[in-house]
Amino acid sequence: MQEEAHRVLQDPLVVISVGVRTFAESLEHQGIEVIQVDWIPPAAGDQAMIDLLEDLL
Amino acid sequence: MATGIVVRKNQYYDSVFLMGVNKRLSQMRGVTQTAVLMGTEKNKQLLVDIGIRGDQVATVQASDLIVAVIAETKQVVDEVLGNLDQALLAVEGDAPRSSLRTFEDALAAAPSANLALFTIPGEYVYREARTALEAGLNVFIFSSNVPVEEELKLKELASERHLLVMGPDCGTSILGGVGIGFANAVRQGRIAAIGPSGTGLQEFTTLVHHAGYGISHAIGTGSHDLSDRIGGITTFAALEALEQDPQTDVVAIIAKPPGANTLKGLGQRLSTYSKPVVTCFLGVRSAEAASHGTRRVAPTIDDAARLAVECLIGTESNAPTGLSDTELQQAADVRQRWSAAQKYLRGVFAGGTFCYQAQQIMLERGLRIHSNAPLDLGLRLGDPNTSVGHTVLDMGDDAYTLGRPHPMIDPTMRKQRITLEGQDPEVAVLLVDFILGQNASADPVGDLVDPIQRARETAQARDGELTVVASICGTETDHQDLSLQRRLLEDAGVIVFPSSTRAALFCAQLLEPG
Repeated sequence: MQEEAHRVLQDPLVVISVGVRTFAESLEHQGIEVIQVDWIPPAAGDQAMIDLLEDLL
Repeated sequence: MATGIVVRKNQYYDSVFLMGVNKRLSQMRGVTQTAVLMGTEKNKQLLVDIGIRGDQVATVQASDLIVAVIAETKQVVDEVLGNLDQALLAVEGDAPRSSLRTFEDALAAAPSANLALFTIPGEYVYREARTALEAGLNVFIFSSNVPVEEELKLKELASERHLLVMGPDCGTSILGGVGIGFANAVRQGRIAAIGPSGTGLQEFTTLVHHAGYGISHAIGTGSHDLSDRIGGITTFAALEALEQDPQTDVVAIIAKPPGANTLKGLGQRLSTYSKPVVTCFLGVRSAEAASHGTRRVAPTIDDAARLAVECLIGTESNAPTGLSDTELQQAADVRQRWSAAQKYLRGVFAGGTFCYQAQQIMLERGLRIHSNAPLDLGLRLGDPNTSVGHTVLDMGDDAYTLGRPHPMIDPTMRKQRITLEGQDPEVAVLLVDFILGQNASADPVGDLVDPIQRARETAQARDGELTVVASICGTETDHQDLSLQRRLLEDAGVIVFPSSTRAALFCAQLLEPG
């Protein structure tokens, strides 16, 4: 049990950062490999459309 | 007065970026107020509240950028809006926008990723975090306002897959020396911490650092993890991971009071834990916590750091536990300088846990402390914008942060509140906290020192003296320069303490000399 959780404390971090860019930069300054996603709200932020897509999928 | 508005369809930016653009535009000559925000429903209401409305606002969506300006003349409004592209480019700086727009794209680009960090609006977190967990990544969710039922589903999924979900509403973690979110530059060592509160973990880790020891890991769990609804899923997972971790010798848990059932379960777990544990459950009486089988019980974060070091080295540490004789004398001297009208404390906190701990310390002295985030629920402020008697404020509360980054990043609301409190002739003590470290403001003291000085001048003009007490959470290796920040405060006549515990003890002594 907890094999993966245990590993994240031991393995070098490789981070996917979704959102605020400065949070990714602070990791990069510590020598961490970061893949930044400049996220945008799905379906142009229209909650009704997102719900509809969720239902369809 | 003239107003103007520009909407850019499908041009999305994060809140920290928008704050930078807003700051730049609001400093232009002749500007009264600017608002630079995304077109969410809450933000649209904010615009209506400041008097900007119309068809253009009504139809915008969450992915649309809105820039609104109130200025002295129409010419200034046009100039500001005409400057928008330059401001966007200037804030963007050297870092071009990423070509990746979705989590799935990033996974394809980095199949070895083992941690996903989310700082997007809370309502969008669940589907993205679920994708990350399904792909085998651990998750750190800084975002708040994630519905608790979604948090539970994410944590149950993580539990099945033996992964960690840090958050939602997780400010801080340090994994193997790497700070994530708000974190201070602390020495690596053999003491670990677990906690729902970012500032609680920051204070604990800096105090261990100042004592000459170091941190193996600090695992943020999110502010609801120890509620009975979530049942401490991440806390238990973190305990398990740290028990197996060869770098960790001592574990501390820093938290507000857990739910009753969760506290009981935690007590049982800790009774068989193989490493020394220190628990600091703020607001839970020591006897109560001890009766659930926890090991060493610390009433304050200062005590937690001291006990953790003692567990590590096997002898008593020499860290101070209360106020020194000099500080007690200083408190007595300060009181002499107040006018007859001055009697109340106002605390204006960036750190929610510091606000909570201050209430615990003062309530134990018999002081009635009101708050927007009250420890004693009977002392909740009716209006978060109006202080009553002794009041301490958690300025990170949603009541003050709507449409803005956290006060550790954006000082606007704390500036306004300090100015307001300084105008009240009954205020004798202003208590403030400053939190250094990555992702926090580049100059936390510089942001607030002017309103603090003006408040002190106002009190002087009334033949009194406003006593300003501050704590700084930080280390000499934090990029804000701890000694410079301290000196700026001392030069402004502020009494500075190295921890929020000691600052609150000093304030309690000022108000209720024991």
